[in-house]
Amino acid sequence: MGYTSDLLELIKRVDKTRPERVARKKAGEEFPALTLDQRKARLEKYHPDYRPGALRELKIGPSKGYSVAQEIADQFEARSRIDPDKIDLNEVHYETDVLVIGGGGAGTAAALLAEEKGAQVIIATKLRHGDANTMMAEGGIQAATKSWKDSPYYHYLDVIGGGHFENDPLLVKTMVSEAPKAIGWLENLGCMFNKWPSGSLFTLHGAGTCRKRMHYAGDITGAEIMRTLRDEARNRVKNIGVLEFSPAVELLLDDQGTCSGAVLYNLETEEYFLVKAKAVVMATGGSGRLHMQKFMTTNHYGATGDGLVIGYRIGVGVRFLHATQYHPTGAVFPEQVEGLLITEKVRGAGANLVNTDGEQFVFEREPRDIESSSIIRECEKVGKGIPVPGQAGKFGVWLDSPMIDLLEGEGTVEREFPAKFILFKRHGIDISKVPMLIYPTLHYQNGGLEYKSDGSTKVPGFFVAGEVGGGVHGANRLMGNSLLDITVFGRLAGESAGKFAVERKDVGKISVEHVRQYHKELEASGIITDRVSPMVLPDYTNPEVKKRQLTTTYIGSLR
Amino acid sequence: MSAVAQQSKEQTGASYEGSVRTDLVPIFIMGKKYDVPSTLTIQKAFEYAGYQLIRGCGCRGGICGACATVYRLPGSAKINVGLACQTVVQPNMYLTMIPFFPANRAVYDIDELKPDAQTILKYYPELAKCMGCNTCTKSCPMEIPVMEYISAALRGDIEQAAEISMSCVMCGICAARCPAELGQYNIGIMCRRITGKHINPRAEHLREMIERINSGRYEDPLNKLVNSDLQTLRKLYVEREMEPHTAPEDWAPTDKAFL
Repeated sequence: MGYTSDLLELIKRVDKTRPERVARKKAGEEFPALTLDQRKARLEKYHPDYRPGALRELKIGPSKGYSVAQEIADQFEARSRIDPDKIDLNEVHYETDVLVIGGGGAGTAAALLAEEKGAQVIIATKLRHGDANTMMAEGGIQAATKSWKDSPYYHYLDVIGGGHFENDPLLVKTMVSEAPKAIGWLENLGCMFNKWPSGSLFTLHGAGTCRKRMHYAGDITGAEIMRTLRDEARNRVKNIGVLEFSPAVELLLDDQGTCSGAVLYNLETEEYFLVKAKAVVMATGGSGRLHMQKFMTTNHYGATGDGLVIGYRIGVGVRFLHATQYHPTGAVFPEQVEGLLITEKVRGAGANLVNTDGEQFVFEREPRDIESSSIIRECEKVGKGIPVPGQAGKFGVWLDSPMIDLLEGEGTVEREFPAKFILFKRHGIDISKVPMLIYPTLHYQNGGLEYKSDGSTKVPGFFVAGEVGGGVHGANRLMGNSLLDITVFGRLAGESAGKFAVERKDVGKISVEHVRQYHKELEASGIITDRVSPMVLPDYTNPEVKKRQLTTTYIGSLR
Repeated sequence: MSAVAQQSKEQTGASYEGSVRTDLVPIFIMGKKYDVPSTLTIQKAFEYAGYQLIRGCGCRGGICGACATVYRLPGSAKINVGLACQTVVQPNMYLTMIPFFPANRAVYDIDELKPDAQTILKYYPELAKCMGCNTCTKSCPMEIPVMEYISAALRGDIEQAAEISMSCVMCGICAARCPAELGQYNIGIMCRRITGKHINPRAEHLREMIERINSGRYEDPLNKLVNSDLQTLRKLYVEREMEPHTAPEDWAPTDKAFL
């Protein structure tokens, strides 16, 4: 339990430099931030996206020729889980106006808004309703809500600078303009944001923000938003149905090329079945469980990029998928919490990152990709990382959380970060007294399917919301803009899909011809593979056991 | 050392390959014995044993409540609880996950709820059946004093019920163990939503900002940014005024042109 004696010895060096670092912080002196040119150089030298072999050019599909992470390319360059010739398209199990694929924050927001447009809605989700990265988001949600010091104008600048000026400008404009309305909507649904007695919202800085505009609910902001949205969806049970443990594995098009539903898979009975719908909202989230470059991840169990794959197969292109976000502060010790996200709010509240000598080596509020690259540099190049006990060759740096109590008063860490405080306490570590050992961890899919401000795509009837989409964050998302993204674009996509469905007269003959075509394109491009996608669930079964799973043929219920 | 070497052992599943673990301890998954590394969480122990989890696995980070687990240790009658993703295995533990447990959930219109005990009792009449046994508190893996928030709800202190239940992950163990057949976590979220909606004062500054946006005040400045070239944007970005970390709530920038 707790830190090893070696680590406790090293922590003394952090203790030693802390008073001076706290004094500097109190005096308003910050570690110098990198210039834009220095940022660029640091990324190119140390960010995992820039490693040779990290990316691969796609050989097929609407974004043929574009390079994405190898692991995502593997998913794109794979066969469908279903044989298009075997699916009986006359047997439709469910019919609805709007099918929402994904039961996280974006999907649930979309379902609520589609319902408000008069649509009957089905949410199909791979795990349980709410088992999603939204639930795990901790730090907060950005919005310029304080007119005496902030506005969407400054929020726009932060977003586009953080994304290295490559973001889709219109998506950014939409997100920052809709942001305060999104907060208002959540407040009206009963989301318990931290507030002053007057009702004014607490706000903090995040990395890359010029104003304090991070709204939060303790360190469980995402969970508070998710469970509120889910609760509201459950209140509208008359019009919103939920199919759990039913991931979508292909989309359906009609003879006009309009998206008309999906093929779902019952994870328990192993049946494939059809949902016919007048509009589809894709909100499957990200892909951290593909473990790009074998990095550990903060993502939930189902984040395998399913929506990217099946959206790509109906012809929607992708952008910014070359950029993967590594969150600077993933826990690396103790082993039981490895990969776990330590919210950026800890740095927002003033905690420094320090090396084995207790020295600061980076401003703690650089954008995430810069911060991560700087930590990797400190461990790999400078050689001042702290060895992770029991894991030869692994290093981390300190996140000096005790500074927060010194800056903001005794008890702040426990009050502001209750979930993390309890979690580390379980393992014998009091993070208000000793720092946390951290290293960058795979966190977010910056890019995804191409979509417009209203959630629409080039395929009629097919809408996109949240992490599965790409463009608004450019090549690097800022903290607090993901919960914002899923709320804003979830609402907009839901509204558009609801409207589209209500106005759509009828659905033509449904087909999976596009899957047949995709298979042909695979063969024509010379890709010989037995891969199938989407992945649906990652495989963590002990390989030693797998070696002994020798069933040659599945007969009856025995697998 | 390359950062590629900084990959997760556990999260990729690669940990088991090529390294025979010697620190094995016996555990009993639903009564069946498996030997697993002593440092693993129950969740990873399932996978080490050879399971592919479908139910009972969500965030893997202690917040989604998918992996409620109950277990007993030899020589003790005590029923222990934990989240499988957060609880480290112990030698000879007998365990099962309870990935789902049915609980009563009321359907309501949040706009119409009143912040009082009658409201809660109307939707959850079983609340009055609470016999104060405190089993819910003892069975909460988040260490929430569940019975305290149930009592608060019963006496109409909705705000306190909300506050106490704030870190609830809705895993359902309390409901599974309650002799009075309450679904505590559903009562908890109802109290929190009532508090957020009807008790806590609304943020006036938020209303004001929404009005400003609706008035079209930021349309032109934003459109200018949308149409700016890279050089202009870079300049504006670099020169934007930073609110100091320690600035008081009423801090205001010198340049108020785009507020």
